[in-house]
Amino acid sequence: MSSEIILKVEGVSKQYRLGVVGTGTLTHDLNRWWSKVRGKEDPYLKVGNINDRSKKVDSQYVWALKDINFEVNRGEVLGIIGKNGAGKSTLLKILSKVTSPSTGQIKTKGHIASLLEVGTGFHPEMTGRENIYLNGAILGMTKSEINSKIDEIIDFSGCLKYVDTPVKRYSSGMKVRLAFAVAAHLEPDILVVDEVLAVGDAEFQKKAIGKMQDISKGEGRTVLFVSHNMAAVRSLCTRGILIENGRISSIGTIDKIIELYLDKDAVKNKINTDNRSGSGLMKVEDIIVSGKKANMSPENGALFRIEIQLESQIKISSQQLRLDLKINDYMGQRVAWLSNYLSDIKTVEEVKKIVFSIPKLNLNGGTYFISTDLYIDKKRSDFLQNAISFDINNGDFYGNGRSVPIQESRILMNFNTEILGE
Amino acid sequence: MNTQNNETWLYTISGKKKLLDFNFKEIWRYRDLLFLFVKRDVITLYKQTILGPLWYIIQPLFTAVIFTLIFNNLGQIKTGDVVDPFLFNLTGITLWNYFKECLTGTSSTFTKNQNIFGKVYFPRVIMPMSVTISNLLKFGIQLLILIGFYLYFLLKGDNLILNYKYLLLLPIYVFMMALLGLGLGMLLSAMTTKYRDLTVLLSFGVQLLMYVSAVPYPLSEAQEKFPPLVSKFVEYNPLAQIIEGFRFIVIDVGQIEMRKVIFTLVLSILMFLLGLIVFNRTEKSFIDTV
Repeated sequence: MSSEIILKVEGVSKQYRLGVVGTGTLTHDLNRWWSKVRGKEDPYLKVGNINDRSKKVDSQYVWALKDINFEVNRGEVLGIIGKNGAGKSTLLKILSKVTSPSTGQIKTKGHIASLLEVGTGFHPEMTGRENIYLNGAILGMTKSEINSKIDEIIDFSGCLKYVDTPVKRYSSGMKVRLAFAVAAHLEPDILVVDEVLAVGDAEFQKKAIGKMQDISKGEGRTVLFVSHNMAAVRSLCTRGILIENGRISSIGTIDKIIELYLDKDAVKNKINTDNRSGSGLMKVEDIIVSGKKANMSPENGALFRIEIQLESQIKISSQQLRLDLKINDYMGQRVAWLSNYLSDIKTVEEVKKIVFSIPKLNLNGGTYFISTDLYIDKKRSDFLQNAISFDINNGDFYGNGRSVPIQESRILMNFNTEILGE
Repeated sequence: MNTQNNETWLYTISGKKKLLDFNFKEIWRYRDLLFLFVKRDVITLYKQTILGPLWYIIQPLFTAVIFTLIFNNLGQIKTGDVVDPFLFNLTGITLWNYFKECLTGTSSTFTKNQNIFGKVYFPRVIMPMSVTISNLLKFGIQLLILIGFYLYFLLKGDNLILNYKYLLLLPIYVFMMALLGLGLGMLLSAMTTKYRDLTVLLSFGVQLLMYVSAVPYPLSEAQEKFPPLVSKFVEYNPLAQIIEGFRFIVIDVGQIEMRKVIFTLVLSILMFLLGLIVFNRTEKSFIDTV
């Protein structure tokens, strides 16, 4: 099949200055200007560290992106995946012309419209209808295009009743619906989308993902899609790019890329022993949280494993020991309590480690904390408050690419729905 | 796999900056946005204010009164024989205000719109252009006040002369004012993204600029009483030329020289182009430095 390349990214890099723009800015500018006058290269483009936010850097400049090369075919839906701060958003910003690359270039055969945020330029004093026109025009539609779609947009947003009321009277959810409705009716050759689906209630999310699917599959539009919602990425995209520390680490089919991403993202956090109490007869040495495979980060809908390594001076048998795990969400809200006391295990003379596993993890995506509480002969031996934190990625719990909005629930439940005619 | 022979790209995004990278086709494509921004400004101008448009009347009126008290009553500046000094001042202030509003409005383009500019691309120049156009509305309101007072003094029996022959020049003067305000404003907005010092300069700089732009006095007075260097500066200050010309047409104080009109027009266009060049150079990467 001969597929036409619609977008070509060639050696794109982006450099940022670290710290405060202040003293030294003028001298750097003058220095740049002076070397330009002499026909030399920008001296500051030679320096710069790779983009790894956890490492200390010695240079004032950092490469947010370095040597990005890829091509996109017409009608392809490309997922861009990476950790926070890997450079995904910078890439999208360059693609949507919000900022320009430090070096390299991007060639395109179509108009690019970007959706880095919904509702850009909404004015609270104007009515919904007026804002549809303004927002549409900001996103690159002409007035006649909007005219022909206005009814569809209002219908899609579900805000017909309020469309002639100033937007400042809207609830935040309604604002988002209206904004997404406008964005969903854009018809550019290439659409660049940054995680805007994580808004609105469940019903609306379903509608939004459905619309995205229509756009990409039905209408054959080219889409570049960035999200942390692996379920959405998996169901929408055909091909993926994994970005790490500002460089492309691999390009391939979306399943392969997601696998690689989760692999790379495995929890290597050290346990936090700041809040430790108890007799210390036996102590928790390390906690390893993993997903399907040993060094894969957890994903809901798949196997989840917590391994606790224990250490003690004397032999302690499994009959003497009780270990409770308390899992809290990032708000400090308890979501689960696991304990070996709840299950019958065969006796082990000398306990070295305990493994808890959940065959099909039913916690929603997000950050969680585990506190461990260890008792020997009914006396507290070691208590670790928030011993470790880990992230759960959104997998495909329901097997259909849809997910529960993060703000709606921590717990995912298996259920059946029956819709009856009478 | 590469289709090398058939590589006709629509456009290229790169970090390289051309001197005058002004894409008229693109701006034309976004023309609806320009008018929607203007419409937004017009709609939201008076929302939830009690006095609403009155504010645009009060400000020039009070300024004209104060100018009359200080410069004419106290300072004895002559404003022609037939024209009431108050009307003289009001005429100058009306056009000056348009320049001032355009300048201050456009000079904060980048800093004020950074959330929009950081999220979506459209030709940035649309923003200052829309400010200049929507300020025409305020100018229109103030012009109506001027006409009102003009009629009042006419009915009172003052012998006011309107230079009909030059009336066609009036929109050109307003246009030149717009070009100057827009050009200077774009220049300042581009420079304030990195160095905020200029915003401080701007607030009192505009005030000072007014005094060397022949707003509270006719050019003839400047030539008579100012030291030669300052008087030359005022004479070749395009703003002073525009105000003087405007006053000549409306109330027949001062003079128009065709040579100077053309000089001013050329200077305004150059100012606009300079602003545009600097603005275009900044718009590509301002989001990193703002």
